[in-house]
Order: sequence, then structure tokens, then C-alpha cells
Amino acid sequence: MRRVVITGAGTVNPLAQDVEGSFAALSEGRCAIAPLDLPDVERLAIKIGAQVQGWQAEAHFTRSEIALYDRFTQFALVAARQAVAQSGLVFAGDLAARSGVVLGTAGGGLTTQDDSYRTVYAEGKNRVHPFVVPRLMHNSAAAQISIAHDLQGPGFSVATACASSNHAMGLAFQMVRSGMAPVMLTGGAEAMLCFGGLKAWEGLRVMSPDGCRPFSANRNGMVMGEGAAVYVFEDHDHARARGAPVLAEVIGFAMGSDASDIVMPLPEGAARVMRAALADAGLPPDAVGYINAHGTGTAANDRSEVAAIRQVFGDHADRLLVSSTKSMHGHLIGAAGGVELLACLLALQGTVAPTISHQIADPECALDVVANVARRAEIEVVMSNAFAFGGMNAVLLLRRP
Amino acid sequence: MSQSIQEQVIAILAEQAVLDVSDVSLDATLAALGLDSLGLVETIFAIEERFDISVPFNANDPAQSGFDLSSVASIIAAVQALIAAKA
Repeated sequence: MRRVVITGAGTVNPLAQDVEGSFAALSEGRCAIAPLDLPDVERLAIKIGAQVQGWQAEAHFTRSEIALYDRFTQFALVAARQAVAQSGLVFAGDLAARSGVVLGTAGGGLTTQDDSYRTVYAEGKNRVHPFVVPRLMHNSAAAQISIAHDLQGPGFSVATACASSNHAMGLAFQMVRSGMAPVMLTGGAEAMLCFGGLKAWEGLRVMSPDGCRPFSANRNGMVMGEGAAVYVFEDHDHARARGAPVLAEVIGFAMGSDASDIVMPLPEGAARVMRAALADAGLPPDAVGYINAHGTGTAANDRSEVAAIRQVFGDHADRLLVSSTKSMHGHLIGAAGGVELLACLLALQGTVAPTISHQIADPECALDVVANVARRAEIEVVMSNAFAFGGMNAVLLLRRP
Repeated sequence: MSQSIQEQVIAILAEQAVLDVSDVSLDATLAALGLDSLGLVETIFAIEERFDISVPFNANDPAQSGFDLSSVASIIAAVQALIAAKA
């Protein structure tokens, strides 16, 4: 089995439109949740979200490209461009033939679908834009990245709701580790902040009207975000041979299902997958210094996740640092684990991003949740949790290079 | 002859709980009717659609929603109040 390292990272998210800016925002505990600015917002019950502010597609793409790219694809392409640039890789010859891309997304081109349905149903038109299908496909972001970087190897998209990114990155890790591909671009992208997307979430009654407060006793739901993060996962020997910068080593992954309920999480299901990820990495629980929690800020998730962490880590749970950066960038759904891996990389550099908006301690969430202010700490190994609706869970482990 | 608000709310609860309306007593709790969290969300949706009202309800904190869900009778009273407030 080969070792797998991360040699590039890129992102567009509500905190910043690059990695450096995101690290700064995560370190400062900045909040990107704000009143939503989108058509028909007055008809929404939930009027807040974490939007990518000031997005200018024209600054990144030509007019004909924009015609083919949904917002989630635009975010993914810009993130991928940054990641590849940082890695220093140029895909050609055998490397291009064997390298690939696997991306997570839950909604795919949801904004494109929403616009298209508005055209035919609300506006009564009988004709939609000719590129609706290539824009809305769940695999369009992955496909456009393969086209942009000549990645001729494995290419596909993964849709496991809020765990999509972690599943995608876990599969990319396994493909590089097994020798199937020398390099995989991976991560996730999401752009669900449109009227129809938000209406659907509103219906479930799990959204907060006033903020995302993970692990706080007065938490009252999740807040939606949007964006993308893409990483270069590379065979360790390949990276070393070319003297590439290494941001982290990917050392473990596991996935599993609660097989219980379509929306209510099961602590035992989450615990089983965290244990399996540790076993995959060959590490004892006390090797982990930081957990980037799923931490949605719903009553059910946070209580269940803390119980699962206690089950897995025992007394070590009291020495761990645990934070939910969704308090800052919102819940990016299919891109959540991707953007949250930035906080994992930052932790490996010695800065643990906080759980902001933490106001009242909750006895059911009695862990060190790095409340409100970032913490300096020597962190050797980090865990990233993602627990999706459907009870589908995916957990990654990274180590400092 | 149109049904009273009480009869309509009971009919909605009975349908969601897959019970006969005669089995939905005024002092019953939702748990006693066998309604889980998703059944509750569907019930509130059905009430909103039937009476054209907005029910303040957040599944994260049902007790703080300002809509008393403690029994069938309390739900009927809360619906009556929302309809009165709309008029």
C-alpha cells in the first residue's frame, strides 16, 4: 500500500475565495452568516445563510464557459485551479492518463434546476436554456475539472448528502493508496442557496432563523452555506520525487451506515465509523488531538455526536479539542467536509479554529469545543467527521507531514 | 355541513397516526398517538395547508416554538388562536 499526501488545496467559500483568506478567517473566528441576498427572499421563513459574497464568474471564466457552468461548478473549478497551482503539477503523458477526480455534491446544479423550473412553471415559457442538462448534472463539476486539467483517469461524483465530500475524499485516498491512480483531485462543491433549495430545507423545520450555535445549549438549528474545496491527493513517493510541498498525510478513512432512520442520527453508527477510521490508520484513540466535528447546530446532531465521541475516546475525550467551524461558514452540505478539511490543515499547523457563537454550555455537549476563540496547540493527528441524512457516515484522519 | 376546527385537527392527526378519529382523544399526547418527529412535521404541514396559517415550529426545540404540542386539546386551542389572529 502506498502512502498518500495532500500537495495542494483550493477553495471558494463564504469566508474567503482562497485558502490563505480562509485560514485567516478561521483563525479570527469570523462569521460569514448574514441576511440572505437572493430573489424572493421575502417569501422565505429562514432569511439567513452563508453566501459567497461578491462572486464574479466573469473574473474567472469566459462567457461561453459561464453558459455551461452552474454556480457549484464555478466554485469547484476555481478551487481546483488553486489546488493544482499550489501542487505544481502539470498533467501530461502517463500522469494525465492515470490521474482523476472524484467530487462530492448533494444538490449538483440545483440553482440551474430552480431557474429552469421557474421558467416553465412560474413564467409559463415553453423553452429553457439549451445547456440545462450539462449544467445541472451532479457530475458536471467533476467532469469540467477533468476537462480543464486533462485528467483522463477515474472521474465521478459522490452524493451522500452532508457526507458527500468526506466520502469523495475517502475514495480518492483509497484509489491513490491502492496504486490505481498516482494523483486524484478531490473534495466537494455545493450551491443550494436558491429559493427552491431553501424552501425544501425550511419544510423540514431544522433550520435556525437566527444563527448557527453548535454545542451551545441555546442552539436551534443549522444554517446553510455554499462553496467548494478541492485538494490534490498524491502518491507520497511521487510527491517526494518531485520535491512537492506536503500539507498533510491522509492516514485513515472509514464509512458506514446507521441503518436506522432517514434523518435521526444514531450515536452507535457514528462511533462505529470513527473506530473503523482509527483501525484503518492503525492508531489508538489517544493519538487524535483535534476533531473537526460535524457539529451542525441541530439539537439532535450535536447531542448524538458528542455521545459518539465519548463512546470512542473515553477519558481522552476530555483532552481532545473539538470544534465545529459550521458556526462560521454555515453548513455547506455536500461541500461541508471539503471546506472543513481546511480547518484540519490549519490545526496541523498549530491553530485550532473555534466553535463561534457558543453562548451557553450544554451538559449534553460537555467537551472542550474551543469556544469562540481559536487555540494554539501542537496537533499531530486530526479527525474529520461527516454524518449525513440517511445515516451515512464518513470519517477521515490526517497527520502532520 | 362543514366540520369544526376541532374535528378537522383530529381528522388530520388520525390520518397521520393511522388511527380512527374515535381513537384520538382530547387528552392524548402525540407520543401516545404514535407520532414520531417526522410524523409531527407532516402533521404541522397538513394543519398549515388546511387552515392557511403558519405554525411557529422548530424541530430543534419544539417546547420553545410557542405552539403548545402537549396534547390533542392544546394543539386544537393553538390552531384556533392562530386562525383567530389571522381574522
